[in-house]
Amino acid sequence: MSDTENAAAAHYGALSSPEAITKALASVGYIANADIAMVIYLAINLRKPVLIEGPAGVGKTDLAQSLGRCLDVPVERLQCYEGLDESKALYEWQYGKQLLYTQVLKDRLDDIVGQGRSISELTSKLSTFEDLFYSHQFLEPRPLLRAMEQDAGSVLLVDEIDKSDEEFEAFLLEVLSDYQVTVPELGTIKANVPPIVILTSNNIRELGDALKRRCLHLFIDFPDAERERQIVKARVPGVEDDLLKQLVAFVQDLRDKDLKKRPSISETVDWARTLVLLHASSLDESIVRQTLTVLLKHESDISSVSTGLGQMVRKAANASDDSRLPSGYPNLS
Amino acid sequence: MSAERTLTNFVRALRSADVRVSTGETLDAVQVVKLIGYSDKSVLKTSLRAVLAKSNREKQAYDRLFDLYFSQGQSKAADSETSTKDDNESGSEDGYDGFLDLATSGDDAAIDAALARAGQEVGLEDIRFSTQVGYYSQKMLKAMGVEEMETTLLERLQDHSPEGDADAEVMIDARKNMTTRALEYARTQFDIYGEGATQQFREDFLSKKRINEMDVSDLNRMKPLVEKLARRLATKHSRRRRRKNRGQIDLRRTLRANAGRDGVPFDVHWRQKKKDRPKIILICDVSNSVARYVRFLLLFLYCMQDVVKDLHTFAFSARLKDVGEILDTSLDGFEQAMEKVMHEAGWGSTDYGQALSDLFVDHWSLIDRKTTLIILGDARSNHGDPRLDLFEEATARAKRTVWLNPESRALWGSGDSEMLRYFPHCSVVSGLSTLKDLERAVDDVLTHYR
Repeated sequence: MSDTENAAAAHYGALSSPEAITKALASVGYIANADIAMVIYLAINLRKPVLIEGPAGVGKTDLAQSLGRCLDVPVERLQCYEGLDESKALYEWQYGKQLLYTQVLKDRLDDIVGQGRSISELTSKLSTFEDLFYSHQFLEPRPLLRAMEQDAGSVLLVDEIDKSDEEFEAFLLEVLSDYQVTVPELGTIKANVPPIVILTSNNIRELGDALKRRCLHLFIDFPDAERERQIVKARVPGVEDDLLKQLVAFVQDLRDKDLKKRPSISETVDWARTLVLLHASSLDESIVRQTLTVLLKHESDISSVSTGLGQMVRKAANASDDSRLPSGYPNLS
Repeated sequence: MSAERTLTNFVRALRSADVRVSTGETLDAVQVVKLIGYSDKSVLKTSLRAVLAKSNREKQAYDRLFDLYFSQGQSKAADSETSTKDDNESGSEDGYDGFLDLATSGDDAAIDAALARAGQEVGLEDIRFSTQVGYYSQKMLKAMGVEEMETTLLERLQDHSPEGDADAEVMIDARKNMTTRALEYARTQFDIYGEGATQQFREDFLSKKRINEMDVSDLNRMKPLVEKLARRLATKHSRRRRRKNRGQIDLRRTLRANAGRDGVPFDVHWRQKKKDRPKIILICDVSNSVARYVRFLLLFLYCMQDVVKDLHTFAFSARLKDVGEILDTSLDGFEQAMEKVMHEAGWGSTDYGQALSDLFVDHWSLIDRKTTLIILGDARSNHGDPRLDLFEEATARAKRTVWLNPESRALWGSGDSEMLRYFPHCSVVSGLSTLKDLERAVDDVLTHYR
């Protein structure tokens, strides 16, 4: 075990400390906070899967994608849904090809074994052949198996695990604890370099204790203003500083309101893109009103916000002014 | 204290605060500490959190305990590095000779360390109740050798000399001083190890206490308890089980699955029954006698919103009011919402017949064969027409009808109570006097949707 452990640590060597992880992720446009970097660091060193929970759209899936990008290893994504089973998650035999193979074999059987032999001779001759019917050539690997087979390591993303059935969750336990999968006809396939496993959950249902126990747990919440500004800046390079401050302040304010669905980071980024596209240099009430549908996805949320919109926009506009003033300067507005 | 001991004690503390930590997780924590070290507290905090606390609620408990546990352990952590040396020569640790010398030294770090050692010796981590603080602090003082000093103190006093008196004075001060510190120490330890246990004891007691006998302080404590029970039940019922309906082939899926085998059905898929999602219509009598129960039932069901998404709430005393909208707030706003419900629906004399006919006129279409009808009330209708005809029709339309009656069974049917006449139409009628009853009733309702 310690061998593979070292292999893992050595393999993802670019991520040798939490600081290095933060930097590496930032280089591919993912702004991680201290918690995230630390948990990824632990995951690599303790060889443990990470279970990420948090509201939709805060970058749970994106973390896995970014990890893959900054390590330059493939990301195997397994999207969970009700009814997902082994044949879609692990492997499947290519029945069509297998059938063709038997046809071909039948036609050429005489050439291979020769004619006019007794049955016992035939069987002993046949048993010397390699069993091709169940072999790697006819195996269609699915995400879990593919992740195990990557020699350079990989990132395995099991997305929205809470949507799968409980049987599948139990099946996953085996894969996650030993980093190996068993194909009955072929034997056990073990990962040379254990993949970095990321599981995400939106809390549709409570996950089993057994799964939680095996994972490191990471909760990603909505970011604070500082981090959100960095994220938007990284994702939408064209956004001007003033606008950036205002729009982030507005979104942060919006999250404090009593809403059905609070806007997440992905919505902030979309909104920033929209505003840049419309050549807005600062927020004003009319443009916010026009583009509010990018942020809020429920009719009732939009109508409940729209009454106090003017005030919220002014507050957000002030936020950017304040930060330009030297600290301690009295706010005269 | 060794590094492992520090950690296992912390795990104990977490467990007593209802954070479930398995042995495997403890081992993970040891690995983490090996990797990270004790030096940086904030780093240690975030990394241990990922290993030990696995839900939002657990993370809160974790944060509170981590701060408590590791703040008093500044010297303790230092201890852990030189642990073997200290443990061997207990008695004259840190170069102080006996109790008096230590107490008068003014060396806070050494005193803290000595207290920690004494605490460990007397098994302070077993503390469960706040009343034990005094007992344990005395035991600690004893372990630190206060008795030897007391013997000397007596001897000194018997000298009847001015020097003897002065010495005695010093010793008495020292003892006083150390007693205070030991008490303080025991109290923080109680906060760490005992509070969870006390809480559990209290909750156990509360959940069995009759709701109408509770006083205000009990009621305040009930809210987190109700939330906890509801959470537990929600977890239980959010588990999805597929029910296979053997006997009917799902032709479409079978063909698709076997397309690779020339359509020969090796791999047969069966039709699966869809599980109904719980749909609950709740009708609450909010007259004075029942109001308290209504509060808890509503709180309970609203904590379970994840599981019970389709919930319609009506309240009445004279006329029926749809209060679903008022209650559609976050849990923090629940109390105010409840006030509003009482204000809007809680006037007039109770009339079950009127409520039923209001339901018939405005909301009859809500009741279908997936619906469970829950009625919470004492069925005391002030001698009005109980409208049994409507009730019978409603129960026939609904999947099940559950009546929760806070009155004791003996009183059903007495005076203006119509309970016995409603009784035959209900699927279940159960008494409701404690929180446990409430939990059982809701559990029963949800179980019928599996």
